[in-house]
Amino acid sequence: MSEYFAMFKMKLIAGMQYRAAAWAGLATNFVWGFATIMIFQAFYRSSSAAPPMEWSQLVAYNWLRQAFIYIWAMWGQDEELLAGIRDGHVAYELCRPYDMYSFWYARLCAMRVSGTALRFLPVITIALILPGAYRLTPPASVGALAMFLLSLTLALALVVAISMFIYILTFVTLTPQGASLIMYASSEFLGGMLIPIPLMPEWLQTITAFFPFRYLGDLPFRLYSGNISGVDAVFQIMIQLAWIVGLILLGRVAFRHVTRRVVVQGG
Amino acid sequence: MIYFKYFKMVLGTFSQYRLNMALVIAGQFFYTLFAFFSMYLLFDRFGTLDGWTFGEVALCFAVINTAFAITECFARGFDMFSGLVKRGAFDRIMLRPRGTILQVLGDSIEITRIGRLLVTVFILVFAVNQMQLEWDAMQVVTLILMLTSGVFIFTGVFILGASVCFWTVEGLEFINIFTDGGRQFAAYPLTIYNKWIVRFFTFIIPYGCVNYLPLLYVTGRTDNPLYALTTLLFVPFVAICLLVWRFGVRRYLSTGN
Repeated sequence: MSEYFAMFKMKLIAGMQYRAAAWAGLATNFVWGFATIMIFQAFYRSSSAAPPMEWSQLVAYNWLRQAFIYIWAMWGQDEELLAGIRDGHVAYELCRPYDMYSFWYARLCAMRVSGTALRFLPVITIALILPGAYRLTPPASVGALAMFLLSLTLALALVVAISMFIYILTFVTLTPQGASLIMYASSEFLGGMLIPIPLMPEWLQTITAFFPFRYLGDLPFRLYSGNISGVDAVFQIMIQLAWIVGLILLGRVAFRHVTRRVVVQGG
Repeated sequence: MIYFKYFKMVLGTFSQYRLNMALVIAGQFFYTLFAFFSMYLLFDRFGTLDGWTFGEVALCFAVINTAFAITECFARGFDMFSGLVKRGAFDRIMLRPRGTILQVLGDSIEITRIGRLLVTVFILVFAVNQMQLEWDAMQVVTLILMLTSGVFIFTGVFILGASVCFWTVEGLEFINIFTDGGRQFAAYPLTIYNKWIVRFFTFIIPYGCVNYLPLLYVTGRTDNPLYALTTLLFVPFVAICLLVWRFGVRRYLSTGN
């Protein structure tokens, strides 16, 4: 276990070095955050019917989406690893006496944890003190906060489990850009990161339930604001857990299969 | 023409990776389609947006996104300019007896953006149909000017972003706010935003002149042709961008290599 943890720690420390980039990214987070809120605000004031998501819940959803971009966003994969599979560098990796799946899994986790650690605190802090309609309200209750944190941790495990399939695919095709781009686009839409799932029509909500993407951002963010609570919350977290276990098992089998015979592309 | 030769070279490289290229084009296609579909879903739920109809906002979305797709296809070289500076490849460009702008444009041509273009042109046609206007010549000209001005303004912003690299070497991520962000903001009529955003995108980086202001004329909300003429503001804007570029080129110091 210790070697996987060592990998995690090493990548975590390396990732934490990019502070300047994180601060620059923060400006982007806020511009996007404000733009999204203003668009929804215009829609909300155009209709008299009560929307299925309260304004405060929508605002919370929006800021958490910006703060935890490294948790829900499928893009931002480890380019070094992907390039390694293409140029043959991966041969060194495969020679190591470790379980490669776990090793890479730890590595990807660290990258996302460091990205999140650098970004979430300033976004949340500023969003909590914004004026009026833009302000992020505190969690619905202590229970909601606990559920949110649990589900967010599980989302990290899930996003990495899904990401592993991009690396597995790269072993097969060597040029994964196209396929991953389609996956990124679908994950954002089906995960409710373009418009929140409660605002989608019934039939589309049903479709999103067949994919793991809504358990990356949608679930934790709605747990935070109390949009999902009680028995339903526990039930949803169980589904999230089931996706993680299922995808890791499937990923391990696929990973073993593609690494059994690797054609090394040059040296 | 030399640019055409660049173009043919790029096409040649793409035919080497056909499947992947087709999938990248499909990916671009879905990105834009999902963005538009999300907008549709919001209209489906809320009905209208501050008095704007779905057709009008769709036109807004289509114009800015078509312009952005075309720009990204041809002016990608400026978007990736920090790479050229870091590798020292700009030295080579300066040595050649051709303009720097042309060579940077030719450095990278992103054909895959055709995937976005397919969707946006489809939406453009759809939006024009949806609005059921009696189109007169002036309105058609305005629409064409909107697209032209959009391409030039985005190119101008890309050039500004690239010029920054003459000073910083490293590209600055926040330039995205003005390119990608501008596209995001201007996909909706600017009136729905706060005053300071409207002002910024009208007087500093004039995206408002690409779609919002001329749209008032095209949709018949105003008869004043001055609104259609705002599209021409791209000329001084691009002129300023080119001046900054020239100033930057003059003080360029090689990074070695």
